[in-house]
Amino acid sequence: MIENKVDKDLLSAVADLHDVPMGAYNIRKNGEGMARQSTKNIIIEAKKDKPGIDIIVKPGTKNESVHIPVIVTASGVKDLTYNDFYIGEDADVLIVAGCGIHNSGADASEHDGIHTFHIGRNAKVKYVEKHYGEGEGTGERVLNPTTEIEMDENSYCEMEMIQIKGVDSTLRETTAHLKAGAKLMMTEKLMTHGKQIARSNMEINLDGKDASTQIISRSVAKDESEQVFYPRAVGNAPCRAHVQCDSIIMDNAKVRSIPEIAANHNEAQIVHEAAIGRINNDQLIKLQTFGMDEEEAEEIIIKGFLK
Amino acid sequence: MLELKNVSFRVDGQKGTLEIIDNINLTINDDDFVVITGPNGGGKSTLAKLIMGIEKPTSGQILFNGIDITDMSITERAKLGLGYAFQQPPRFKGITVRRLLSLAHGSELPEDLCCSYLTNVGLCSKEYLNREVDSSLSGGEVKRVEIASIMARELKVAIFDEPEAGIDLWSFTMLVETFKVMKNKRNQAIVLISHQERIMSVADKIVVIANGKIREEGSRDEVFPKLLGEFDGACNFRNKA
Repeated sequence: MIENKVDKDLLSAVADLHDVPMGAYNIRKNGEGMARQSTKNIIIEAKKDKPGIDIIVKPGTKNESVHIPVIVTASGVKDLTYNDFYIGEDADVLIVAGCGIHNSGADASEHDGIHTFHIGRNAKVKYVEKHYGEGEGTGERVLNPTTEIEMDENSYCEMEMIQIKGVDSTLRETTAHLKAGAKLMMTEKLMTHGKQIARSNMEINLDGKDASTQIISRSVAKDESEQVFYPRAVGNAPCRAHVQCDSIIMDNAKVRSIPEIAANHNEAQIVHEAAIGRINNDQLIKLQTFGMDEEEAEEIIIKGFLK
Repeated sequence: MLELKNVSFRVDGQKGTLEIIDNINLTINDDDFVVITGPNGGGKSTLAKLIMGIEKPTSGQILFNGIDITDMSITERAKLGLGYAFQQPPRFKGITVRRLLSLAHGSELPEDLCCSYLTNVGLCSKEYLNREVDSSLSGGEVKRVEIASIMARELKVAIFDEPEAGIDLWSFTMLVETFKVMKNKRNQAIVLISHQERIMSVADKIVVIANGKIREEGSRDEVFPKLLGEFDGACNFRNKA
């Protein structure tokens, strides 16, 4: 049972959890394991040489889930953790990660999660990661996730990374290598406000025949916040890639979008689109003709955009 | 009752002041079905925008049921029961057709009601309910969703800006039938900006606007034959400078 209200709220915000989940899970709090459970097919064990866990999903595991939320509730914590996922052949799993920081002190709280995925042949993974910060303290809330993905032949991976509120500074590094027939669908959703800074660097290497990827990044930058996106798709074989960056800019925010596409094979088909702009005035007017005021209209548009 | 009293709308351009709407007086009764027609660039859409509050008149007064709404915002007018279907409706990333209709309605719409609005505009409802109103929809589809969104509202005055634009012949036939049904209910005023004879033939009243002025106003039977005669000698507006 999870008793503490702050813990409960954070877990609900980052992992939609209201209590300990079904299936395999590992809950980490302030740099230490808080609760853990393995199942017959999914083994979670602590690393021996460094902080973090190994998550081993046995081949052929179907329709099971793993929750590995992290919460930081103490001010001044700098938490570094290594999570390695080994997804067996033909497995089909949902992984819910996420980090919530509640900082009510004056010192910075930081969580740096380094995730490595080894996705076996024909395996299917859906990975959802939410980042969220709160707390009345002046201490910064910092999240620097690093994700490395190795996809074996014909594997499929869907990743959704969401950071909607309260994280002061974030630097995201993502690298992926795809073998023949592998497919990676990346969706990144970000909203920054205040003086927040967010940067996301991504490099997807399509190394095998018919590998494909779709990278969608949608973001809203408010107030004085700053965002930089640098997604790269590299085609080293006959492959397909589509990169799409779409940002709404408001107030005095700054957004840079640098989608890069590279082809090292003449049958690589790689496309990118990028757009940054204010909320379209006609959209606001349309919703006002439904009886909403400008603020409500703005909220509806942003919510839809980041859905 | 909607009343426009000496309404003008001027803009300052490089060539001096342009009179987009020039001292228009117009009354629309509670259950009128009015078609506003006239040459392109004559001021029809501006007039609709002035009624909805998207543009504010430079002089004159707009009254709705006796209340002066000239300085009211779009939102306030919407709350009074005025609605406007755009000629070129905006698209919304991440908002589904069903959500948009619900937003128009003001609360979550049951699926069967959503479907009936979509059917009225010639869209196969099951296919469209969960589609996003983004660039994946064609111009004609977005336009029909726009018209459906007006039907999903409970309005006192519904304004449609060229509803026929971009709509195929089959859907158009359906749309004319839908307008007839709306008219027969007689529970709202309907103002349609249109060039279509078939839409004009449904009207109680036709108003012809050209060069920012009302050139002709009267019952359908009075105005419609004159218009047909005028189109025979087409293109005379080219000579207007």
